[in-house]
Amino acid sequence: MHHKTLAELSQALKNKEYSSRELTQYFLDRIKQHDTQLNSFITVTEELALKQADLADQRLAKGDAEALTGIPLAQKDIFCTQGVKTSCGSKMLDNFIAPYDATLIRRCNEAGMVMLGKTNMDELAMGSSNETSFYGPVANPWDLERTPGGSSGGSAAAVAAYLTPAATGTDTGGSIRQPAALCGITGLKPTYGRISRYGMTAFASSLDQAGPMARSAEDVALLMNVFAGHDPLDSTSVQKEVPDYTADLKSPLKDLKIGLPKEYFGEGLNPAIAEALEKAKAVFAQQGVQFVDLSLPHTDLALSVYYILAPAECSSNLSRFDGVRYGYRCKDPKDLEDMYCRSRSEAFGEEVKRRILIGTYVLSQGFYDAYYLKAQQVRRLIRDDFTKAFQSVDLILAPTTPTTAFKLKEITDPVSMYLSDIYTLALNLAGLPGLSLPVGFSEGLPIGMQLIGNYFSEATLLKTAHQYQCASDWHLQFPKNF
Amino acid sequence: MEWETVIGLEVHVQLATQTKIFSGASTAYGAEPNTQACAVDLAFPGVLPVLNEKAVEYAVRFGLSIDAEITRRSVFARKNYFYPDLPKGYQISQHDLPTVGKGHMDVQLEDGSIKRIGITRAHLEEDAGKSLHGELSGFSGIDLNRASTPLLEIVSEPDMRSAKEAIAYLKNLHSLVRYLGISDGNMQEGSFRCDVNVSVRPKGQSEFGTRTETKNVNSFRFAERAILYEVDRQISVLEDGGHIRQETRTYDPDLDETRAMRSKENAHDYRYFPDPDLLPLVLSEEYIEAIRAQLPELPWQKCSRYMNDYKLSQYDASYLSSDWDIAQYFETALAHNTEVPPKLLANWIAGDLAATLNKENLNLTESPVSAEQLSQLVLRIHDQTISNNIAKKVFEAIWNKEGNADSIIEKQGLKQITDTGALEKLVDEIITNNPEQVAQYRSGKDKLFSFFVGQAMKATQGKANPQQLNDLIKMKLGA
Repeated sequence: MHHKTLAELSQALKNKEYSSRELTQYFLDRIKQHDTQLNSFITVTEELALKQADLADQRLAKGDAEALTGIPLAQKDIFCTQGVKTSCGSKMLDNFIAPYDATLIRRCNEAGMVMLGKTNMDELAMGSSNETSFYGPVANPWDLERTPGGSSGGSAAAVAAYLTPAATGTDTGGSIRQPAALCGITGLKPTYGRISRYGMTAFASSLDQAGPMARSAEDVALLMNVFAGHDPLDSTSVQKEVPDYTADLKSPLKDLKIGLPKEYFGEGLNPAIAEALEKAKAVFAQQGVQFVDLSLPHTDLALSVYYILAPAECSSNLSRFDGVRYGYRCKDPKDLEDMYCRSRSEAFGEEVKRRILIGTYVLSQGFYDAYYLKAQQVRRLIRDDFTKAFQSVDLILAPTTPTTAFKLKEITDPVSMYLSDIYTLALNLAGLPGLSLPVGFSEGLPIGMQLIGNYFSEATLLKTAHQYQCASDWHLQFPKNF
Repeated sequence: MEWETVIGLEVHVQLATQTKIFSGASTAYGAEPNTQACAVDLAFPGVLPVLNEKAVEYAVRFGLSIDAEITRRSVFARKNYFYPDLPKGYQISQHDLPTVGKGHMDVQLEDGSIKRIGITRAHLEEDAGKSLHGELSGFSGIDLNRASTPLLEIVSEPDMRSAKEAIAYLKNLHSLVRYLGISDGNMQEGSFRCDVNVSVRPKGQSEFGTRTETKNVNSFRFAERAILYEVDRQISVLEDGGHIRQETRTYDPDLDETRAMRSKENAHDYRYFPDPDLLPLVLSEEYIEAIRAQLPELPWQKCSRYMNDYKLSQYDASYLSSDWDIAQYFETALAHNTEVPPKLLANWIAGDLAATLNKENLNLTESPVSAEQLSQLVLRIHDQTISNNIAKKVFEAIWNKEGNADSIIEKQGLKQITDTGALEKLVDEIITNNPEQVAQYRSGKDKLFSFFVGQAMKATQGKANPQQLNDLIKMKLGA
């Protein structure tokens, strides 16, 4: 069953080639065998997984199985899972057993999927290398000395090493797409509001969006069919019909218009990546795709805007971690103030503290207009750039990252680290969907290509990625030793 | 120097929704601590607020009743500060764009004059929980049952010029929210509490003096005391050459004084920003008009209807309409017997009923004498079955659950004696038996008239029809 896609595994389960329990045990064994090298899981829920697998087998036997019933997956440790530790990669929540299931988890459970465990991540989803995790960094299966990216680094590494056939991620500024690119897998950040945020620990509420991470576009489409949908518990979730994301995968790309924003191909882009994208364009061109040069003139402002708005929201979202009701509380607090200060100082890591401070500063009286308000205005300009672009093209093609996976501990300066999300975070500001898929290698390390769509154009993104994957095999490459 | 007082009030009204403003937990009062706080109220990681539509409807209902602008697109913001009974570390509250904009209320003052008080705005927000100190040894307790209970904060213009005006406004507002059915107005349970902003200035000066804000006053009397104390304090500080610090104060009812809590310099920077978890609240014209169509009759509308339809005095009409329960009682009693004269009924409600309830420390809703029972009693006075004096006895019996008016009159034989023949015989006897008094009366001692009436009433145990009796005695003595 090694290296099978979700569609293949699903078929095999229905054909009774093996049971969900066997399949689940297979991945649990792989995690046991390989994860000491990767550190991609914070918690492995073996007992629960086997129980869920047995339930799935009963459904399969009764014939009331859905497409992904019995399929194992890994959940990013940012989603609340009832009765299971939900740490968010933070010392703050190291002792936190969630008392309820996130909507996404509930949907997976209802679909009969099997949770293998909770994956490692940058602390509270703040980071691009998985190095800010309280549980230590995750290694990239393609080179254990390198980062898998972040913040969904554990999920990306586990999928790349086939410790799980699929995983969830969350993406606030690139946290699904960047690690997907660095680990050579396919990851989708859907339109803001497409997947419920209820039960997903908030980093920056207006930017956060959950999404699937898997080997192929087809697998991602299958997962989207489970994840997407309106949730009355999330006021920002969108009441819009969910299509069958697999329905359109096989349609030809003829006459599809793809835009090439010049701002994404300038200085700072690794030449090997630029070259890989050229080759990918050639593959599309053969399928009748037309390319259009265009400009997204406010692109250079995205990073600054992002690092005002995301910290602003996070500074408020993280206030609930105060040591009062759950989570970490310092020893022997002298008084209330001491309890707040020490609990938070002792439990939050450097990057989280930096963002809380930036966020608190930009929202302060006297600075609000100059920072937060101005950033919201520029955010609108960035969104308008895309809206205008989508009047003339169906999709936009861009690199996912400026470089391939960098070495762990290589980047120590926070701003340099922020730059690794330079091509991804504008989409979050605009609320648009984006997909990263593997399009080659450079010195043994995967290269990701990003496809950006208009609002709710996930089906088009998936179709385009699938057609590319039908004509290429980058997504079928596996790291040695796994 | 002559000083002028300037008062503005911020009233927090707890809205009478079944569930909280951002979660599905119950808002019922008095439950065991933390039994009415769900994951959302406890601010677990990942939870999200969902706005309670009923709270919005109530806010709009209030806004329409005070002729306010209803904001078509209002925004919920986060007010950030740390406190153990504030689970999220921020309170969700409307900041720049509240649902209810500028409006006004006409308030009747003691002298009968009407004063228009401006209402700046009314915004929706969630309440915090409660900290419990001293109940657990070595710890403070937190009860989050109240967390996320819906509040409407109603902010007035600094339009009031005396404690009396402020209290008149407060009472009017209290009456209004109960009429609208948007709050139970229960002040003991904190459903209606106010922050009092007070400043003074030399009479004639146009700019305001520096104000203080006295927080969380939860009775009309305390509000009045707090204002009077603040006014005195501020005037004496100023007259001693000092100046008033802009600060937050608290009223201590035991010592009857206000005390400083924190000054402006130490005020929180709340770092307001729009809550990204909630979309802007957009209200359509149809939605607002549908609520307008369902507005109940408002206190001032009732008052003028009582004056027009029932020919009640302004005093009676405003008493009866001042409180939803009184108005309900009055209208129920009237509906029970259409012949009941409204004025007589009003006298009984404002008189004996109110006095007895007051003496027994009961609310009108707890009255042992129902509206229907009082209606029957008043009808029996009106149709001369009993006199007003006998009615007081009957009232007492009804109060003591001895039955209703008719059965008590019957059982105790209290029916008025209106038989002219019997009364005439009685008066003749009295005249015969009291020749001395008759002589004195006839020689001009008019005061003795009541002596004869008293004798007759004594003989009939008060059942003689007073009017008939008077006429008879006058006639016989005049002869």
